[in-house]
Amino acid sequence: MRLMNLNTFAAGRLWALAGLCALQAFTAQAANTTPAQQLAHWTAEAGAPAKAERGQALFNQRHGGEWSCASCHGTPPTAQGKHASTGKVIAPLAPAFNTRSLTDTAKTDKWFKRNCKDVLSRECSAQEKADVLAYLINLKP
Amino acid sequence: MMKAHPMTTRLDATRRNPLPRAMRSPILQILACFALSGLGMSSAQADGSRMPTKILPSYTAECAACHTAYPPGMLPAKSWQRIMKGLDQHYGSDASLDAQTVANIGQWLQTHAGSYKRVAEEPPQDRLTKSAWFERKHRKIDAAVWQLPSVKSAANCAACHTGTEQGFFDDDHLQRPAGLSARQSRAWND
Repeated sequence: MRLMNLNTFAAGRLWALAGLCALQAFTAQAANTTPAQQLAHWTAEAGAPAKAERGQALFNQRHGGEWSCASCHGTPPTAQGKHASTGKVIAPLAPAFNTRSLTDTAKTDKWFKRNCKDVLSRECSAQEKADVLAYLINLKP
Repeated sequence: MMKAHPMTTRLDATRRNPLPRAMRSPILQILACFALSGLGMSSAQADGSRMPTKILPSYTAECAACHTAYPPGMLPAKSWQRIMKGLDQHYGSDASLDAQTVANIGQWLQTHAGSYKRVAEEPPQDRLTKSAWFERKHRKIDAAVWQLPSVKSAANCAACHTGTEQGFFDDDHLQRPAGLSARQSRAWND
């Protein structure tokens, strides 16, 4: 009886562990793409080659507003950033420094839309997105 | 994430009825004692976590990506409703989300919004930091403290409240933010 109880306990723990792992997989961002695939996509949309230098300039400029991309992501964005108004820590943006960066299309689209509006007061063009992606992908340790 | 105990339900519920029916059972009381000691808490900290027992994953993923995961009970339902309607202009930032996520988070916030009397009032601009209760609780904090680089704004709860992530805002979970002057530090002790 005691042995059985122990077994059920062990099984329960095993299930709990399995549940935790499943939860981890579920809450972790679903990687459905790669930074290179996203660059290829936006380059095709733009219909012209991406230029990393142009992306770097766009990333660091303030475009007449209060913030640049670098205000929160840092420059170069290879280390942890900090939200300019709340101070919340932001994971490194350059994919070579953060394996989860730019691996989910919905997430990338969402942040491009929001952040371009915050920095440029409009959405970014396909060319601009391709340029910034090229810049970010080019950043290596 | 911290395991919640029976008293970490809702801000208002715990205040109105400090000993829910389930807690009156001696067996459950003993179990609760074990649970509390397991969490490293004493009954003196019985005001418990301000966060609901089950936190909506998208609330953490979307809202807490940029700022503190504020306990929903710190704003009334009307304020949350307005906030969720205007995410494209969210306190100076575009925080727009897809309609389904807005609906899910909005629903969860409505369910857990504050209804305790001090939270019932809608603060100016729906900023919980402009609530009368918030200002009263922080009245001794020097205006300059909020401007410190380590604090940045009153919305950065975690600068001082070390239990922010778990929803603990009592005096036992406090730290001095970096850069306090000697005078500001003294006021801290009051």
